[in-house]
Amino acid sequence: MTAYLLRRLIYSVFILAGVNFFTFALFFFLNSPDDIARAQLGAKRVTPEAVAKWKQERGYDGPLFYNEKASGAGRMTDTIFFEKSVKLFAFEFGRSDQGRNIGFDIGTRMWASLAIQLPVFLVGIAVFVTLALLMAFFRATYVDFWGVVLCVVMMSISGLFYIIGGQYLVGKLLNLVPISGYDDGLNAVKFLILPVVIGVVAGIGGNARWYRTIFIEEINKDYVRTARSKGLSEIRVLFRHVLQNAMIPILTGVVVVIPTLFLGALVTESFFGIPGLGSYTIDAIQSQDFAIVRAMVFLGSVLYIIGLILTDVSYTLVDPRVRFE
Amino acid sequence: MTFEIEVLWTDWLVWLLVVSAVGYGLFVRSRPHLRAPWTRVARSASGMAALTMLSVFVLIGLLDSIHYRPAISVKDGKTIYSVEVRSVLDRVAWSLRVRKEKTYSAPLATQLYSKETVVLPDGRETRVYPRLQFGGAHLADPDADWAGDVTKRVVQGVAAALVAWTLLAVLLCAWIARRRGVHVVAIWRAVWRGETAVPWRAVLITLAVMLAAGAPLLALAAKYHVFGTDKVGLDVFYQSLKSIRTGLVIGTLTTLVTLPFALIFGIMAGYFRAWVDDIIQYVYTTLSSIPGVLLIAAAVLTMQVFIENHPELFPTTDRRADARLLALCLILGITSWTGLCRLLRGEALKLREMEYIQAARAFAVSDWRIMVRHILPNVMHIVLIALVMDFSGLVLAEAVLSYVGVGVDPSTISFGTMINSARLEMAREPMVWWSLVAAFCFMLLMVLSANLFADAVRDAFDPRIRAARPFRLASQKA
Repeated sequence: MTAYLLRRLIYSVFILAGVNFFTFALFFFLNSPDDIARAQLGAKRVTPEAVAKWKQERGYDGPLFYNEKASGAGRMTDTIFFEKSVKLFAFEFGRSDQGRNIGFDIGTRMWASLAIQLPVFLVGIAVFVTLALLMAFFRATYVDFWGVVLCVVMMSISGLFYIIGGQYLVGKLLNLVPISGYDDGLNAVKFLILPVVIGVVAGIGGNARWYRTIFIEEINKDYVRTARSKGLSEIRVLFRHVLQNAMIPILTGVVVVIPTLFLGALVTESFFGIPGLGSYTIDAIQSQDFAIVRAMVFLGSVLYIIGLILTDVSYTLVDPRVRFE
Repeated sequence: MTFEIEVLWTDWLVWLLVVSAVGYGLFVRSRPHLRAPWTRVARSASGMAALTMLSVFVLIGLLDSIHYRPAISVKDGKTIYSVEVRSVLDRVAWSLRVRKEKTYSAPLATQLYSKETVVLPDGRETRVYPRLQFGGAHLADPDADWAGDVTKRVVQGVAAALVAWTLLAVLLCAWIARRRGVHVVAIWRAVWRGETAVPWRAVLITLAVMLAAGAPLLALAAKYHVFGTDKVGLDVFYQSLKSIRTGLVIGTLTTLVTLPFALIFGIMAGYFRAWVDDIIQYVYTTLSSIPGVLLIAAAVLTMQVFIENHPELFPTTDRRADARLLALCLILGITSWTGLCRLLRGEALKLREMEYIQAARAFAVSDWRIMVRHILPNVMHIVLIALVMDFSGLVLAEAVLSYVGVGVDPSTISFGTMINSARLEMAREPMVWWSLVAAFCFMLLMVLSANLFADAVRDAFDPRIRAARPFRLASQKA
């Protein structure tokens, strides 16, 4: 197990190096730093001096990979690639194109994101599994049929409409909670209820249907028939046997998400004015701040890879048959 | 009127897709083993109802994919063509396009949505809701005539729908009767009892609902703005019609443009294994470990800078908007081909151990030939399922991406841009809701029918493949 994890970790470093190189290529090969500077400075007729100044202030003025002018190790380290890309491995995100410290921003903003995403995640799983079990319990009846129909309709509605509709109904018509904003500590709760509820409701369609298929597949297996023939009640079969065994396929989709909860939800956060990483990313995209986007791409990949490793570990916990060599 | 056909890049690909779909259809027709799963699709009531719905959308989308530039003047024997590209749909819906109001007006309204200062004949100024230039302009006294006129048009629409539907239903029954050599009335009865193998009843009911909703809409659209107008006074119904093509292009071309990569890499990885497999796995693991939205955002931002800095490559705004649409498809494809590639690799790994491939290898058939002749045809059902399953997720993703600011060109009409511009008016009192409702209805109909059809196709081709997880992009951000 330890050896396996170690191998996975080493492989992850290679993957991250690939991600890093890919994003670097994306940002610096297709467009030179000069192009980016011109696009940022806006005007059609930008003086070369302005471009040079912009590049120098943000550290885009060096050579890409190899610095002939420097000496010793500086030849490799005094380059854009090293400064902007390799340093990400040490989680040194540097400064954004607007001059803010990205590492600091991420550190302060991720808690707001987590405050939305964690409840959405936990409540979501509980709701999806309950609904899916209900449909599986009433399988091949009208409850199941209309449940699935409702799920398909719900998954055909864009997430944007859930947010817009929810805001309009709860915030504007019923005036139950404020439409947008955020506060520190426990005061944040009243701002969080609506986004969390909407986050869960928006996910019901796809997820409840998905879990239902997993349960139905499990119900058709031999051990379930054995359990029934022993005379166990349907409830006991569902909760004791089916649920536990269905956890394995459910885990694949669920555990991988846990680390990325920090990244927040792009659209939800910007609609509700919550100062998390999602709205941070949207702002960066809309102001074309490439430094922040690069940092978020790297961070997102790191968290995703951690999620994959966690998934493997969780397999060994829930399924004693799984052994990694 | 003379004109010059203008084929945009996405048009090329759309028509290529149509041609290959027709070719595939003809190919399948003569081969019973390939026809079998499609027969199963045709037996599914929900699938056929969804297909009826989808074909209307596809028809509108195809009409919108034939572009031309009208001639504006003739100078020294040379015709000058307009720089503005129009589609056949624009021509059909021309009156909707040109009847622009000043600003917002509610659905079926005869007045603007905001008050304006008007100078009365006696010199005094007053604030009133001015009459619309086009919406309901034929009414002498809107307050008195409006309700009667709208009712009259709805009734006319429903009547026309009834006639059209009866005609279609009779023609359909006559066609089946002719093919089977049975009397029309017997077929008619069988259809309504649901006794036909193909669920024609479901198709006819869908058609009835569509006609009953569509015909009054068209009847009203002739003189009113059925879904109101937006901020610059453009008809929202027209925008909804134009959005259909954008949605269809993104939903289909995205999978199509990256299909070659997924096919080649997936099959190669599974067939050759060893170092080829290692490299290909490394590439797709790397790509798939970048969160989809961020990768798309990064790529679209880079592309925007590229387009801004190379204006010489895109002579007209329409060309530029089209290039951006295609680039968006490519970028969305980069994030979604990895899943298909992984599936294909798994299938190829399984297939290469099958006896018939072992036999082919024993006969010294070349690797290339084995892959093309023996593996490729046997993984095509996976490709087909992926193509239809991805569609709805991609249409939904477009709306979200346009909201984030990394979607289609702002000048392209799409569901995303419609929602995005309507969103800004949410805080307005009273609210401007019609753009949102129109986008919601059209999008729901399109995605829902795509989902139902995809389910039917999946069940027919491979009941073992579970409903794929909802496209991660859409669920991640909701």
